[in-house]
Amino acid sequence: MPKLQSAAELKKLRAEILAKRDPAKPCIAVCAGAACDGMDSAAVAAAFLAEVAKQKLGGKLEVRTTGCHGYCEKGPNVVVTPGEICYFEVQPADVPEIIAATLKGEVVERLVYQDPNTGAKAVHMNEVPFYKHQTRLLIGDNPKIDPMRIEDYLAVDGYAALVKALTEMTPEQVLDEVKKANLRGRGGGGFPAGSKWETTRNAPEKTKYVIVNGHEGESAAFMDRAMLTGNPHKVLEGLIIGAYAIGAQKGFMYTRHDMPLLEKHVRNALAEAAEYGLLGKNILGSGFDFECELHFDVGIFVSGESSALMRSIEGNPPEPRPKYIRTSVSGIWDKPSNLNNVETWANVPQIITKGAEWFTSIGSERSKGTKLISLSGNVVNSGIVEVPMGTPLRTLVFDIGGGVRDGKTLKAIHFGGAMGGSIPVDLIDAPLDFDGMSKLGAPIGAGGLLLMDEDTDMVEVARYLLDFLVNESCGKCVPCREGMPQMLHILTNMTEGKGRTGDLERLEDLAEVTGLGSLCALGKTSADPLKSMLRYFKPEYEARIPSAGETK
Amino acid sequence: MSEKDIDGIIEKYRGQPSSLIHALVEIQHQNHWLPREVLHQVADALRVPFAQVMQIASFYKAFSLTPKGRHEVHVCTGMTCHLRGAPKLQAKVEELTGLKDGETDADSRFTFETGACLGSCSIGPELIVDGKHYGRMTPEKVADVLKRYE
Repeated sequence: MPKLQSAAELKKLRAEILAKRDPAKPCIAVCAGAACDGMDSAAVAAAFLAEVAKQKLGGKLEVRTTGCHGYCEKGPNVVVTPGEICYFEVQPADVPEIIAATLKGEVVERLVYQDPNTGAKAVHMNEVPFYKHQTRLLIGDNPKIDPMRIEDYLAVDGYAALVKALTEMTPEQVLDEVKKANLRGRGGGGFPAGSKWETTRNAPEKTKYVIVNGHEGESAAFMDRAMLTGNPHKVLEGLIIGAYAIGAQKGFMYTRHDMPLLEKHVRNALAEAAEYGLLGKNILGSGFDFECELHFDVGIFVSGESSALMRSIEGNPPEPRPKYIRTSVSGIWDKPSNLNNVETWANVPQIITKGAEWFTSIGSERSKGTKLISLSGNVVNSGIVEVPMGTPLRTLVFDIGGGVRDGKTLKAIHFGGAMGGSIPVDLIDAPLDFDGMSKLGAPIGAGGLLLMDEDTDMVEVARYLLDFLVNESCGKCVPCREGMPQMLHILTNMTEGKGRTGDLERLEDLAEVTGLGSLCALGKTSADPLKSMLRYFKPEYEARIPSAGETK
Repeated sequence: MSEKDIDGIIEKYRGQPSSLIHALVEIQHQNHWLPREVLHQVADALRVPFAQVMQIASFYKAFSLTPKGRHEVHVCTGMTCHLRGAPKLQAKVEELTGLKDGETDADSRFTFETGACLGSCSIGPELIVDGKHYGRMTPEKVADVLKRYE
């Protein structure tokens, strides 16, 4: 493939790709997301390919291995187009039947969704309860894309936003659009991306960097890797547009080292983009130069913190530094460095293509757009969900999630992993909103939502989360390194029936000091789950403390 | 992994101190642990003080300074796996292998590790052996899986 020299050449290439495709030709998309892969979807995909080869059906139907479709609970997932017919829990033995039905334009009834209560069947994606309450702007393309083929991304209008930004807009206009869209950081902070970009853009240094934070260390959060593994070009396109707006010459993708498919897809996407002239010198003849490097986190939670992540990219241990030096002014090698989360970058192309006005029409008053949520825990339908900001939690938990597993009742909803918080079931009508959820004490964080059923011991959950953080602290500051083990010690005693009078006061004291005295968010928010539990579930904690007179 | 492969990785990053983590990741992935003499070679080639190489190699969890077993057995202890029964799964693996988190057995068959989170929460609790995922595991099924790895 010769390098594309101009926007016109990209347009021509896209037209050629689309001309070669027949929308009526059936396509069988096999999910290879993390959960489906774990259920050996690779064997299903291999069976489809073998059957197509055996029956010489290459001209009649296409088989595509894709990123995560979303409904992880029911993997391996298969979606057949046209019609978006969804098959669940597909095994290699089901393959000949699916192929035969697809060629005849029929449906394999026994593999479609069936409502566990009513027995009603749902064939098409827009009828399946898990999908029909969602707005899948970011993840919706996943079943249409083989992440190893840039053509698939180009076929769904990929890189059209980059063309628009480079040819029709000045960097200032791009920045302005993102600011107007009020795109807020999806990594946890909810800080407006546009303001962050502007700070880096206005920083005096000439050399500037942009970074994709794909570390995703938060426990039970798996949407970023689904996005980056399933549609790496979308994230890269957002990054290139951001670099153009900010005036950065170099980007870094920082992601997990322990997901072989993720690494393979991102490496391939970077190589393809360079081959097509979407990375490198003079991108599409615009005069804009940009390159991107891939870096790996090698296994500690705190390296997802922005300043720590930048130390890691430099090749140093990931120790955070005080926040008064902003990384957007002085980051990697002390140069202005703008870091955003995977999902934040993935939102950029659509804001440029469809405009800020369209984007702000979705979502709640202060949180715009959609949010990817990893739904898991004691939920019936776990998976990756995308809903407009402002959606009531009830929709997520019951309409999409299908409620609690094994006929149990819901006790608590936990957001934000080890630095998040738990709220009781009576707050289930709260809307999914950055500020609202923070006020309730369960900040959205990156978007990991867990259901906890009636059997969940909240003291044990707080102990578990602190145990996780104690192992992930970098150890640089004393309040975090020493404060957390003390809290853990008390909580462990309480779960073992060795609670003592004054434990709750000591916990509250330690939580406050650790929060105030630590440098980075890990220490500062380490006691947040505990605080939320003392706020909503205090009787459970008090029950572990012997009343006066019976102290052991 | 042969010495030649390690030399190849080190050569690729010669004179690039900022590529220290890249070099160590590649060696770890291929060799499964970082022998001391290799770390000395890395220090010399990349022109990084040995103390700094050790700082990185001992700090990051992905790096191992001791040899690993032929098979790496991993139990995900992420939050969903935890809620769905990972502690019982872990206890069973510990009972069957006689290993605690991070240990390798005397005949180098298994190294047992825990960690979170691998993002396959929907199929938790999970047992992962040499990168192969065994989803929706129960303690009863563990022995059967481990038998496949000699």
